[in-house]
Amino acid sequence: MDQQDTKPHRWGMAIDLDRCTGCEACVAACHAENNLPLSTPDSAAKGRAFHWIRIDRYYEGAFPDIKVKFMPVLCQQCDEAPCEPVCPVYATYHNAEGLNVQVYNRCVGTRYCANNCPYSVRFFNWFEPVWPEPLTLQLNPDVFVRPVGVMEKCTFCSQRIKRAELEAKQESRSLRDGEVQPACVQSCPAEAMVFGDLNDPASRVSRLAQSGRATRFMEDLGTQPKVFYLKRGE
Amino acid sequence: MATVAEIPDPRVRTELWRPLSRAGSRYWIAVTLCAVIVAAGLAAWGYQIAKGLGIAGYRRPVFWAFYEADFVFWIGISHAGTLISAILRLTHAGWRKPVTRAAEAITVFALMIGAILPLIHLGRVWLFYWLIPYPNTRLLWPNFRSPLLWDLTAIFTYLIASSLYLYLPLIPDLAQLATRSRGWQRNLYRLLALKWVGSDRQWHALERAMKLMAAIVLAIAVSVHTVVAWDFAMAIVPMWHSTIFGPYFVVGAIFSGIAALVIVMASLRRFLHLESYLRPLHFDNLGKLLLLMSLLWIYFTVAEHLTIWYGKQPAEYSVFESRIYGDFAPYFWSMVILNFVVPFMLLSIRRLRSIRTVTICAVTVLIGMWIERFLIVVNALSRPRLASAWGAYSPTWVEITITAASFVTMTLLYLLFARLFPVIAVWEYEDVAHG
Repeated sequence: MDQQDTKPHRWGMAIDLDRCTGCEACVAACHAENNLPLSTPDSAAKGRAFHWIRIDRYYEGAFPDIKVKFMPVLCQQCDEAPCEPVCPVYATYHNAEGLNVQVYNRCVGTRYCANNCPYSVRFFNWFEPVWPEPLTLQLNPDVFVRPVGVMEKCTFCSQRIKRAELEAKQESRSLRDGEVQPACVQSCPAEAMVFGDLNDPASRVSRLAQSGRATRFMEDLGTQPKVFYLKRGE
Repeated sequence: MATVAEIPDPRVRTELWRPLSRAGSRYWIAVTLCAVIVAAGLAAWGYQIAKGLGIAGYRRPVFWAFYEADFVFWIGISHAGTLISAILRLTHAGWRKPVTRAAEAITVFALMIGAILPLIHLGRVWLFYWLIPYPNTRLLWPNFRSPLLWDLTAIFTYLIASSLYLYLPLIPDLAQLATRSRGWQRNLYRLLALKWVGSDRQWHALERAMKLMAAIVLAIAVSVHTVVAWDFAMAIVPMWHSTIFGPYFVVGAIFSGIAALVIVMASLRRFLHLESYLRPLHFDNLGKLLLLMSLLWIYFTVAEHLTIWYGKQPAEYSVFESRIYGDFAPYFWSMVILNFVVPFMLLSIRRLRSIRTVTICAVTVLIGMWIERFLIVVNALSRPRLASAWGAYSPTWVEITITAASFVTMTLLYLLFARLFPVIAVWEYEDVAHG
């Protein structure tokens, strides 16, 4: 139970909404990194496109005096995740590092977790995924290709976390702040996203999470997300 | 009751056993037709397993739709038997005699269908046994915090209890039938009759067992549909997360259960010529019950929606809005008409209450209650908290075929049942040792 005390990491993210330009580089990077099934105009029209991270747009004012605000939405890695208790087979559960993980092999596809996610960040494999040649050549060997019938979602690039942790262990040192970067964070040209350890009070993400500009999405639901959105007070 | 005692014993036996020995060509045509449609449903399911759930109309955010609505619908229908027959048995309502077995059979068949639908809805049905708590080398257990696990437990308990509850009162009839029939049927009846000879001790034991089962089944029935409601109410989905869902679902279940019973009784009366058993009195009484449930249903429906409307919480209100005057309004208002307006008008006026009108109301109620389940499942899911994820669902031929097949399965099971077993308990008409 007290694994969190022995395991030092508690991964979190900060996203600066004032910096986000809505360019969707994070979306593209995520697709490439995580072997997301191909999302085509056709699958999007059918409501079956996969985007572990997406840019929600909010329009303020009326045309032509309109202001668009962008908000990257990904799995919020809730500490009190509504998706977890409803899974009948523990395919979604909390790991020792506070990540809300999805065990593809265990998933039987009840889709209850997706219904209960207030952020709508879960995606279901309606079909066996196929990639036209030569796209199969760019599949990431570090990431599982999900079969038909299972749920999937953002993992905070757990493969990158794992790799960094192993490298640090081999070199007998602790992880440096900023050493782990999920694909979305790495690719953000505006540097709007920061990833790191919330248990380390000196980490950038911890300091940003403490700032007066930080809020959490739908915090009133009691989900305790680990993604912090930064924005200017109005 | 005077109405039943009028029929002399030998006539009862001849009339109630007649369907067991003779089946016309019309019967076999009906059975074949049903079997073909059921086979089509199974083929559609097979195709879905081979290709993936994507060939059904599901989409994000509507991760549950037709199969889940069908599931709730069929579990609801299953309340016909238990509640009607158990309540009437426990309260010694004399008019129940020709009604109970017909109702108990509906329960068992509806549960069989209802229990298959969650399998059809699974993304990887071939791993369904992971939901069952069985000892395994990996020491993996299902998650008992999940309402789906409660649901599975409740439904299997109910299926076992209601099968017993159907079976027990069949025993004396089976023993009688064993003496009358030949061939494989004789062996079947003899096997099932469990060496029943009709001794005082056996009658006594049977009476006690039936009373006990009635009480147990009643408690299980109420809990089962409450648990089905909790599949939804435990989630934080707007318009699902409601404290009244438990009783609301139980009321809806009994409501649709009575409607199914009325339709089955009207069909049996017509096709098996049971006019002297299933009399206007029975339809009149069931009509009154249907009216009562209709009033209870509209009460819960109003209570549920009025609080949402008054509170105007944005997430819930957006679902409410689409239901009352948005995309889903045609469904909502036809549901109100079918479940309340029609039954209320036809059943509350005594002059209008006849076998025909009660049956018409039963049909409208069944349609209305299916729409209710569809609305609860699909309407709420199509409007999640984040507007960016909103989406409209429409079924494909796969869901429609499987749904149609579920209805035909009921018909087919009933056709076979009515051919093998007397649909009315014959022994209850005979003044032998029971009671």
